[in-house]
Amino acid sequence: MTIEVLKPGLQTTVQDKGRYGLQQYGVIVSGAMDTISYQIGNLLLQQEDYASLEMTLLGPTLKFHCDTTIAITGGSMAPLLNGVPCPMWRAVMVKCGDVLKFSSAQKGVRSYLAVKGGIQVEHVLNSKSTYLKARIGGHHGRALKSGDRLPISEWSTTAPSTTIDVTNFKLFENDVTIRVLKGTEYESFTEKSLSLFEEATYTISKDADRMGYRLESDAILHLQQPTNMLSEAVTIGTVQVPPSGQPIILMADRQTTGGYPKIAQVASVDLSKLAQLPPYAKIRFKLISLDEAQQLWIKQQKHLNLLALLLN
Amino acid sequence: MTHTISFQPLGDSALFIRFGDEISPSIHENIQQFIQKFQVTQPEWLVEIVPAYTSICVHFDLLKVASCTYYGQSITEFLEQYIQEIHQNIGKSNSTDGRLIEVPVVYGGAFGPDLSYVAQYNGMTEEEVIRLHTSSECLVHMLGFSPGFAFMGGMNPTIGTPRKEIPRLAIPAGSVGIAGEQTGVYPVETPGGWQIIGRTPQPFFMPNQLPPTYLQAGDRIRFVAISEEEFSTWGAKS
Repeated sequence: MTIEVLKPGLQTTVQDKGRYGLQQYGVIVSGAMDTISYQIGNLLLQQEDYASLEMTLLGPTLKFHCDTTIAITGGSMAPLLNGVPCPMWRAVMVKCGDVLKFSSAQKGVRSYLAVKGGIQVEHVLNSKSTYLKARIGGHHGRALKSGDRLPISEWSTTAPSTTIDVTNFKLFENDVTIRVLKGTEYESFTEKSLSLFEEATYTISKDADRMGYRLESDAILHLQQPTNMLSEAVTIGTVQVPPSGQPIILMADRQTTGGYPKIAQVASVDLSKLAQLPPYAKIRFKLISLDEAQQLWIKQQKHLNLLALLLN
Repeated sequence: MTHTISFQPLGDSALFIRFGDEISPSIHENIQQFIQKFQVTQPEWLVEIVPAYTSICVHFDLLKVASCTYYGQSITEFLEQYIQEIHQNIGKSNSTDGRLIEVPVVYGGAFGPDLSYVAQYNGMTEEEVIRLHTSSECLVHMLGFSPGFAFMGGMNPTIGTPRKEIPRLAIPAGSVGIAGEQTGVYPVETPGGWQIIGRTPQPFFMPNQLPPTYLQAGDRIRFVAISEEEFSTWGAKS
């Protein structure tokens, strides 16, 4: 009872909510980049946050070796089930022998494939997430290759056929404004740099990966005076500024600590939207208050909880 | 002595507790004591804590904290009050000294390509660098950056050497390095800019156990010079 990988796609990995509780040992969190799409995939299958596949830019071709139920969420890679367009954002039953083919990303950059019962790889340090650099978790600690067989369970029960409308989550926007909070070293930057940071249009560089997004613009950010910071905790969405003056946004596979000044912090509510942006996309930053960021995130989580209730 | 704490948010779901701004054993001691007290309380909203040289970062579940606050109280106010109460109780217990751990190292040669540079930079011989690196007891202040990477203080400052201008793309696991007055060991192969003076055969990241690291904050470290022969047979004897 497996999913066979006929073609691996560009970078397909097993991810769950992430590896929490071990950052004090330097073990990074990993986990799904777009947590909203990832969570909705599991909600549609009426299950907890089980391990799913995260596909990036170009999706895989997969063959099912048993009956099961799946849900495809996140960015669209025009999925075809046995050559016929496969609906997204709803539970779909698949039969033994079915072939699910993804193309390149048409909207967003990351698709998620949730499977009833989850992808059954081993737990490593509290999580099934693949952590590529330390080669742990997921399927042998690496991205999928042709010929891999991922263990799953057989399920032949019918699934609810509700399609979820995710427009409320605003995951795929054309004009992308990312809301941020002041970072811990915000006050250490020059006034000019702080206004440039909010006025500039940044381009996400081609080196945008699960670890972080490098940003490019004409606006070079300067500190009032050079500092020699001690390393301390960073987190997802931390915007740090290395000596080049070009910011880097830390993402799911970030290191646990860093020593660069932190100019800003992406509000949690906008992290999934950010995770769906392709290389060369343009973004702008908008400063909001801590209280506003917290209320926006609480509202988003309550919306997800409501979805869970509706689907049960 | 108990250091006064201050707070600073790291985004909307984490909060720094700051104990000071310099590397010092007494700040380290306060941080360790605080963590011990905090872990006993096990609040349901706590996701995890990440200690560093002078701070602790508390990651929290926003939704759960929000349900603990009362009318008119902000999430930050609630957390700061909770943390201050724990802080007031530190310093009232005697914390125990960390473990003393010997870390075997082959110095120089292919295992320590920057040993000669470190010697030259400090105007001494390679043997003197090795003698000084093995003579002081280092303290693990924090783990971070990569799994099991221990940031240590207490190295003899006379062998301190700045980081490399251009970091190496891949530093082999077990490499022992110097950066400024810090010393440390790379547990997994990563890029890095530290001056590499040797290599240990001891694995520092063990993903199949909990905690998954050989060293923990609070451990005291003594480096011990070994030969290449001992390096190659090291795993076999233990």
